[in-house]
Amino acid sequence: MIYKRIDGRAPDELRPIKMALGVLDKADGSAYVEHGGTKVLVAVYGPREVHPRHLASPEGAIIRCRYHMAPFSTQERKNPAPSRREIELSKVIRQALTPAMFLELYPRTTIDIFAEVLQADGGTRCACVTACSLALADAGIPLKGLVASCAAGKYQDRIILDLNDVEDKGCQADLPVAWLSTTGEITLLQLNGLLTEEEFQEALNLALKGCRQIYEKQKETLMNYYTAPAKELVSETGQEGSK
Amino acid sequence: MATQQEDRKLVFPGDLIAEGDYYAGDNTFKKENRIYATRIGLATKDGRKVSVIALRGTYEPKIGDVVIGKVIDIGFTNWTLDILSPYIAILNASDVFRRGFDPHRDSLSEVFGIGDIVLAEVSQFDRTRDPLLTVRGPGLGKLAKGRLERITPAKIPRLIGKKGSMITLLKAETGCQITIGKNGYVHILGKSPEAEELVSLAIRKIEAEAHIPGLTNRITDFLRTRMKASESK
Repeated sequence: MIYKRIDGRAPDELRPIKMALGVLDKADGSAYVEHGGTKVLVAVYGPREVHPRHLASPEGAIIRCRYHMAPFSTQERKNPAPSRREIELSKVIRQALTPAMFLELYPRTTIDIFAEVLQADGGTRCACVTACSLALADAGIPLKGLVASCAAGKYQDRIILDLNDVEDKGCQADLPVAWLSTTGEITLLQLNGLLTEEEFQEALNLALKGCRQIYEKQKETLMNYYTAPAKELVSETGQEGSK
Repeated sequence: MATQQEDRKLVFPGDLIAEGDYYAGDNTFKKENRIYATRIGLATKDGRKVSVIALRGTYEPKIGDVVIGKVIDIGFTNWTLDILSPYIAILNASDVFRRGFDPHRDSLSEVFGIGDIVLAEVSQFDRTRDPLLTVRGPGLGKLAKGRLERITPAKIPRLIGKKGSMITLLKAETGCQITIGKNGYVHILGKSPEAEELVSLAIRKIEAEAHIPGLTNRITDFLRTRMKASESK
């Protein structure tokens, strides 16, 4: 009998994923990603001048990345103040995206990335990295490629892919991974818990397999967005000007 | 250049566009002997040079470009302008005042005030400094108050049209003066705010439907219908 997870998935199955581009038209770039119950929204601004000036670097653009969970993203109200975990994840996400960017092209500027978790159901940092990648591309910021991210883990002695909140909280190990498509580099690799060397290898391979599937979905989202037949913007009948 | 549209393939960051003995042009990067796109855009080949016309992204200043800027601040010896690029542009007082200038705030604001729209040329730009503008040149200088619209630089050729057909159409049907900056700002000056608004809508329509055939006819119909409607009021 095939092991079925809490939500009926196979061990190597991703949750249903939704991706959307250009959802915030006032931002330079934006994206929205869902992994089952996890929903994240990302806005990107830049490259733009840095204020305060002393933060600017003559060598290249700086990245200011903010990972934040909305107070309503969890069952128990999450205090809006940045927690130590959010500060750490802000840094981790920034480090996951930096290898994909050409910061040296825009000295003395900043690229501001805002990743907001609207609903948290496990794997929020991975969904954020995936969404940030899309938002950066949407903003027209030069990239070496798209970064796709996914977590694998060990739950009830089985190596599984894309843990949801229940699995994440009760797991023996959680391994988030981010992968840069063009170079094949791993740009994020964390481990909570214990894995043997063999288990680690198995989990890593599974996570990378998930990343590749997510990358295909990112490309599909981009392609659909840019080749969608544009509806005629203004109807021909229009409205009589009413003042 | 009939084959211009056909060789333009839509590419995304990280897409492989060429392999072998090619040069990396705009919005691409080369790794070993492979050339990849760095931005969302249309890939083109020009001899051995492979480039991408970016559909998204800020304006990158280039020396010689004629751009439209909005004055955002007045300093003691210069004005700073927004030119839709990651960097603020600077126009020195010495560029306007021929013989030594008066470092009093007042005389600077008499020439260009905050919010003024200026047509200028990028005279200097390197990555260590903000771009420098000049208004010495035919037709450069302050543009009379009108409307400012934005368009992605990649769509400017479509706004101009073959041999200027589209822009001529817009000007003729609405009676407006239209100036296009290389940075994506478009200045509109008409006899009435309705005419200016109409040009604004037409520009956004062109930007959204640039790739749908028959655009020129649709714009013609659109403009004529609206102009007739506003005249009969």
